[in-house]
Amino acid sequence: MSTSTSSQPLVHSAGSTRLLWTVLATVAVLSLLTYLVAFDQGAVSRSGMYLHELMHDGRHLLGVPCH
Amino acid sequence: MPLKATTAPPFLTVLVRGLLAGLIAGLLAGAFAYVAGEPHVEAAIAIEEAAATHVEPAAGGHNHEDALVSRTGQRGGLFLATGLFGAAMGGLLATAYVLLSRRRRTHDDGRVGLLLAGAALLGAVIVPFLKYPANPPAVGDPATINQRTVTYLLMVVLGLVAVWAGSLGYRAVGSEAPTWQRAAAAAGGFLLVTVVSYVVMPSFQEVPDDFPATLLWDFRLASLGTQVVLWTGIGLLFAALMHHDRRRRAAAALPST
Repeated sequence: MSTSTSSQPLVHSAGSTRLLWTVLATVAVLSLLTYLVAFDQGAVSRSGMYLHELMHDGRHLLGVPCH
Repeated sequence: MPLKATTAPPFLTVLVRGLLAGLIAGLLAGAFAYVAGEPHVEAAIAIEEAAATHVEPAAGGHNHEDALVSRTGQRGGLFLATGLFGAAMGGLLATAYVLLSRRRRTHDDGRVGLLLAGAALLGAVIVPFLKYPANPPAVGDPATINQRTVTYLLMVVLGLVAVWAGSLGYRAVGSEAPTWQRAAAAAGGFLLVTVVSYVVMPSFQEVPDDFPATLLWDFRLASLGTQVVLWTGIGLLFAALMHHDRRRRAAAALPST
């Protein structure tokens, strides 16, 4: 079951360039999502302060500076 | 040799498992925060509103009385916040997992997932928390919010650098050295970056004099607990999903060999 003693290199199934772009796009989208939850004050979400207020308690309890 | 069974799964497969693990862990963290943290948030808001009746709130400050979202809505929004945040963190963990797959020295997905989640908890949560602990409503000067946000983000980066320095120290001492020497090198690298960051980064003393110390402590403990639940959940769930996936792939590869 355990393969930790195997010495063969891991094989990448995706092409390196395509993988790089997929990774970059993923990191960008996830960073935007993190920003919306943790830091946005209406500038990006275009909802005024609605989303900011809706996730107010979460932001405080996740330890992000809020106000 | 059943090579297929040990082939790294495609990025999107790993990503979906990270997002799923993060979403579930986020909802669990939300449940913990709801039970352990919400009473303290309510108490802090009560203090904030009592103070606001004496002094007009400064421009740009929150006023919870005529908020866009009711308190009930904000309590429900807690799960939206932790769920989305958890999914984002799980996705980033999965991305780190794939990026590091060429360099790691173990094929044990569970071990790698748990190590990454532990590293994130230490570097991105605990190190920043000890410098800039979470604050309940009524604590924190709205005038310094931008400065505090930037320094907090910097501290998250520095915390991750500290963990990275620790792993560099661990690897710098050869694997034939005794474990305590490798551990000492890891602790040395981690502490060096952490202590220097703590000294260099600015501090903020914004807790009002009359704010109850026990409430502050209880809130901060609940906040730290929320993050611990989140990252423990992400690590365990991601490890479990990857393990299940590997077993399934290994089983699928067997008949063809």
